[in-house]
Amino acid sequence: MAYLFQQALNALQLGSIYALIALGYTMVYGILTMINFAHGDLFMVGAFFCFLLAVYLKLSFVPTLLLSMLGVACLGVIIERLAYKPLRAAPRVSAIITALGVGLFLENFTLALSPYPKHIPPLLTNTTWAIGSLSISSLQVLVIALSLILMLILDFVVQRTKAGMAMRAISWDKTIVPLMGVPVNKIISLTFAIGTGLGGAAGVMYGLAYPVIDPYMGIMVGWKAFICAVVGGIGNVRGAMIGGFILGAVEILVAAFFPSTYRDFVAFTLLLVLLILRPYGILGKPQPQKV
Amino acid sequence: MRKTYIWIALLVIGSLCIFGCAKKDSDAVRIGVIAELTGDIPAVGASCKNAAELAVREINDGGGILLGDKKYPVELIIEDNAGKADQSASSAQKLITQQKVTAIVGPNASRYALPAAEIAESGKTVLITPWSTAPKATLNSKTNASKQYVFRACFIDPFQGGVIAKFTLDNLKLKKTAVLYDVASEYNKGIAEIFREVYEKNGGAIVAFETYTTNDKDFSSQLTKIKKANPDIIFLPNYYSEVPLQIQQAKRLGITVPFIGSDSWGSEELLKLCGKECEGYYFSTHYAADSASDATKKFIEAYKAKYGTTPDDVAALTYDSFGLLLQAIKTAGKNDRQAVRDALAKIPLYQGVTGSMQFKEGSGDPIKSAVILQIKDGKFAWFADAKP
Repeated sequence: MAYLFQQALNALQLGSIYALIALGYTMVYGILTMINFAHGDLFMVGAFFCFLLAVYLKLSFVPTLLLSMLGVACLGVIIERLAYKPLRAAPRVSAIITALGVGLFLENFTLALSPYPKHIPPLLTNTTWAIGSLSISSLQVLVIALSLILMLILDFVVQRTKAGMAMRAISWDKTIVPLMGVPVNKIISLTFAIGTGLGGAAGVMYGLAYPVIDPYMGIMVGWKAFICAVVGGIGNVRGAMIGGFILGAVEILVAAFFPSTYRDFVAFTLLLVLLILRPYGILGKPQPQKV
Repeated sequence: MRKTYIWIALLVIGSLCIFGCAKKDSDAVRIGVIAELTGDIPAVGASCKNAAELAVREINDGGGILLGDKKYPVELIIEDNAGKADQSASSAQKLITQQKVTAIVGPNASRYALPAAEIAESGKTVLITPWSTAPKATLNSKTNASKQYVFRACFIDPFQGGVIAKFTLDNLKLKKTAVLYDVASEYNKGIAEIFREVYEKNGGAIVAFETYTTNDKDFSSQLTKIKKANPDIIFLPNYYSEVPLQIQQAKRLGITVPFIGSDSWGSEELLKLCGKECEGYYFSTHYAADSASDATKKFIEAYKAKYGTTPDDVAALTYDSFGLLLQAIKTAGKNDRQAVRDALAKIPLYQGVTGSMQFKEGSGDPIKSAVILQIKDGKFAWFADAKP
């Protein structure tokens, strides 16, 4: 029982990080119907910001988190303005290729600065509570709680505020909404800022939970988060959160009850089956193609 | 405007070509190095490059290598394999066909050495891998006989796995071990399997045998499983960039048993990434910098003076690879790939900085001993020797 509970905690931790990154994919897709493949690398940049702020400026946890989020959000907006905006009218494939290019640029830029894996110093003193054979670390609790709080704030922003309404409206119809006086460019920038900022936050938390970071860390995590977004129904904010927790749970629980060698094989087969049953993802709705 | 850009681009490419290709010295003995300068284990590549440059500078300071009655300078051509198997193979191909090197040193990690070794074998060019301990690197993939042109400067995993298994049983007297290893990496997988075989044969019990894949950062599921199996010690035959994460996560899950590792731990980077968390743990490796002979001390001094750090095992083994290779070229007496290969295979007992070594009859694997190091006060300290 304690074993199961421990694994469930592990799954929650991994899942909340996947969910935070998946949100970035899904928000950008929702508003631009474009997959921002540079998102995994923006997440990596978030972890490196965390490293720089913590090591060279010796900031404590809260300013490090906020500044990293801000830094990545600014970077996200700049990338959107420079790389994606000129291609907004171009075919989607061009924008996706550009996104891949931006991702490669970020990776190799970081690589050029220093190829060595970096160690993020412990920003918070970690205590481990033992309850019977169950071990709960304060870090684990923090990662889960902080991700949930960020997701709740996002949900509030998207569902209850005017800017959120504008985001949803743009993702609904891109020709009529601007005519209603919605500042499309500003809203798109805001979406990028929020989406990549969350990716930056995920980078910081990932760096705290797994404190060895390298320029390639965003690739695999980015792919997995993209899968989460698709499984949850890409374009749907709540779907991305659910997708993140599903992938986290599947990965951890498969390794917990099967030989760990089969983990990726079983995990991704399960996700494939899920997509066969619900091709638009769990919360996604089929969109008829307009001809 | 556009035209100006094109002209600038052409100029840049042109100048790269001129400066990149102009440095060829037709008389020099060319030796290629394939190192992991970028990618997931850049510390390994950096050590390899440093030691290679040191070895070549030493020989060139003495006027070069004596072939017949004339001294020829040695020219080093360093290729980065970016921590990729395919790029290792293409680097080897490039060195053999375009750069026309006499021999190649590297790559170091087995998963990159294997593809490069295949190319070197078919290209009939000597390749010495300093650090690849996987048996397959020097074996022909079709016939399973020894490769003709591939050598190494280190011991092989069956020996190392046995050394660690026996050390755990006999010296540490721990009878229940859990193993966590990277199933996608040749080296980790090989050594984990050999460890299990020897450990069980000698009366130990493997209580958990868990895997992950390269680039994983979360090991919580596997470690929780290991904790449940209640081992006395955990064996992590993984690379220095992953081991600190595994140990930290284990501690956070309340695991208190010690850890033991293999030669992939032996980078100074491990100490940096681990902090105090790896204190007191053991691993097997190729040489101990603190219990060195005179020749080794001289190398350590020279390396420290140039690069400011103690040479790790990759640096020492790369230096030995060059030692073996240069001696073979000298014995061959000519800059010819086949002659160098024949001389290298027949090299008598070679006294290198990582101890004495000699290639087994008809094989590229040397007979040499291993050492067990302990991490003590944030440094690698000699703990025990293990003879072949």
